[in-house]
Amino acid sequence: MVNKIISINEIKKIIGAIPDPEIPVISINELGILREVEFDNDECLITITPTYTACPAMQFIEEEIKDRLGEIGINNVKVKLTYSPAWTTDWINENTKQKLKNYGIAAPLHSSCNKVFQKNVMMNCPHCNSTTTELISRFGSTACKALYKCNTCKEPFEYFKCH
Amino acid sequence: MNSKEILYNYCLRLGDDALILGQRLSELCSKGPILEEDLAQTNIALDMIGRAQALFNYASEINGGKNTADDIAYRRPEFQYRNHLLVEQPNEDFAHVIARQLYISAFEVLFYGSLENSKDSILASIASKTIKEIKYHLQHASDWTVRLGDGTPESTFKMQRAINNLWMYTGELFEMDSIDDQLLKSGIGVDKSPLIEKWRKQIQATLSEATLTMPEEMFMQSGGKQGVHTEHMGHLLSEMQYLQRAYPDAKW
Ligand SMILES: [Zn+2]
Repeated sequence: MVNKIISINEIKKIIGAIPDPEIPVISINELGILREVEFDNDECLITITPTYTACPAMQFIEEEIKDRLGEIGINNVKVKLTYSPAWTTDWINENTKQKLKNYGIAAPLHSSCNKVFQKNVMMNCPHCNSTTTELISRFGSTACKALYKCNTCKEPFEYFKCH
Repeated sequence: MNSKEILYNYCLRLGDDALILGQRLSELCSKGPILEEDLAQTNIALDMIGRAQALFNYASEINGGKNTADDIAYRRPEFQYRNHLLVEQPNEDFAHVIARQLYISAFEVLFYGSLENSKDSILASIASKTIKEIKYHLQHASDWTVRLGDGTPESTFKMQRAINNLWMYTGELFEMDSIDDQLLKSGIGVDKSPLIEKWRKQIQATLSEATLTMPEEMFMQSGGKQGVHTEHMGHLLSEMQYLQRAYPDAKW
């Protein structure tokens, strides 16, 4: 049995490194999608949570998890979806927020995820750091992002909404 | 009905509201008034369909897997759909899209906020997930109501017309029947009667800011939860169910 000698921590490391399909510079571990790795006898049980209820990336992530575990000889894998506790941008740490910013996405501002963000909140442009920015649309290219434009460098950018 | 059937029906009611509104909003894909709004409406549609999927998966589980979430969504005849009449109303113009969203989202914020405390842990977890999304929907609909209501004479006229036209479908949202009563008793369902006052206050506040007037009392339509729908429902279903009807069990 190959899987007996691979620790849960190693598995977490391997599948946790899977890049988020929509924001490939951060991993599913950094985003907080990967919740739990357990063994039930020979079955490897992985629990993931969607960022949004309809997150279309979930199926892709499930397949990717199975592929990567298959590569290290773990084939009896079950991927479980949980809604509780509900995913929140609070799980994204400072280091990951910096990665988002470098990628051109303004990171979630505060850790009050139950507050809907306001139009007049000051948002720093991830390109030039200017604060003279403007909300264009509360819904961007994906459900988790909003669309802004920078009035200084004139570039559009996305903001990862507090959730 | 035994307690399992009651819960199954409750999931269908909630899921159908989400599915049918998701389908209506999807009609705006590539037809939004501006690109950003096209994205916004289809994002909201996606939230709705995600919620429907979660609720139908749970319904399927309660039913012992006798029918899958897809069967529930695509294989029922019209009279077995349990959604409120409001969500099946046609898009008409952008003002109607916004008014419908304002009414339903203001209701859903209250409803799912209460369902978060359900003794049924699955329903509670779906509620706490979906309510975060609903708050964005409500904010979006409120912003547009104000922008159009307090806009040009034409936009004010159209927004007021939509607010008035859809008003008669709002009473049904707060009706309690035997399914609601029984689940309320067991601590699973939501007591909708006390929500109506809060809902009216919320709508009144938004309409005042939008310089619009609250519609007058009028006869309230109902029947959706019993499967008696408006004439628009059949047309919506014929498009939504086309693929599964023409090619049963088709797989991607
Ligand atoms: Zn800039």
